[in-house]
Amino acid sequence: MQTIPELMEVSAEEKVINTLKEKYGEEVLHIESPYNFLTITLKKERILEIIEYLYNHAETGFKYLTSIGGVHYPELNQIAVVYQLHNLVTNQRVRLKIYLAEENPVTDTITSVFAGANWMERETYDFYGVNFKGHPNLKRILNVDDMIIFPMRKEYPLEDQTREDKNDTMFGR
Amino acid sequence: MERVENVTKPGVRMDEKPDGYEGLGFFATSLEKVVGMARKNSIWPLPFATSCCGIEFMATMGAHYDLARFGSERLSFSPRQADLLMVMGTIAKKMGPVLRQVYEQMAEPRWVLSVGACASSGGIFDTYSVLQGIDRIIPVDVYVPGCPPRPEQIIDGIIKIQHLVETESLRRRDSPEYKAMLNTFGIE
Repeated sequence: MQTIPELMEVSAEEKVINTLKEKYGEEVLHIESPYNFLTITLKKERILEIIEYLYNHAETGFKYLTSIGGVHYPELNQIAVVYQLHNLVTNQRVRLKIYLAEENPVTDTITSVFAGANWMERETYDFYGVNFKGHPNLKRILNVDDMIIFPMRKEYPLEDQTREDKNDTMFGR
Repeated sequence: MERVENVTKPGVRMDEKPDGYEGLGFFATSLEKVVGMARKNSIWPLPFATSCCGIEFMATMGAHYDLARFGSERLSFSPRQADLLMVMGTIAKKMGPVLRQVYEQMAEPRWVLSVGACASSGGIFDTYSVLQGIDRIIPVDVYVPGCPPRPEQIIDGIIKIQHLVETESLRRRDSPEYKAMLNTFGIE
């Protein structure tokens, strides 16, 4: 059967990409789809604007924030912040990634768009030390308040350092 | 008049009568032994259950293993009325101050039973967020090993606590040694 290009349905992923590129084409660094999960790497500066745009635009309508998380890439000296957005009407999902400098990771808070980002950003701060500018209450959420490290960064060991009864020969530490 | 001797050993005994003198219509023994016997058979535990050891404890309290046989069926969910703090499960560092506060709220005399590998040493959770044994913040009387321990082991721990309760001197909690021991944990 012959397909007529004009009538071909544009895939949901392409719709998202086209909508984003329409206004923020220069911000997009990389697009991939690992395990069929559309992942867009963006420049870090205008992330708040872009998320707000994707929230309001009729084509995308990402009105639900699934999660915010961090990734530490010690070989790049960078910390990535990962946003997962969800359009609950079309069941379309997207992952947005921005990379911040390891020594001073700063980005804007998105609590003005999603109130639910409040705790997620606190968690990302707690574990990776990402500073969300404009966050109403940026303090540790899961770890003890007097912790002085950001434990998910690779330079800090996983194990508790106060134990004396476990050593490398016996426990492979 | 006949002298009755009953050597206190840990374990289940049918004969609970302490050492003393007995004749027609009377029995004489020391106050300490009577108090010890009474306390031993009416320990009110406070279950501080945070994970799978807590599930084993529920089995221990159930009809099959029935901790009530040892006089400990009355759980106290207020630390102020509890005699025995049973810590069962992983204690995160963030929970540490809470556990310590619970211990401090308990009235003397008080005992602590650490159930399972996590409460005793951090267990498999050799990580920055987990307290590596509750004995870093509160004194522990008996440790029960296991991951998780079976109800029989928990009962064994309770029996060992009972032995401590029964044989403890009435003056121990007023002694300078005891206060010094608490001070090493920063507890007044």
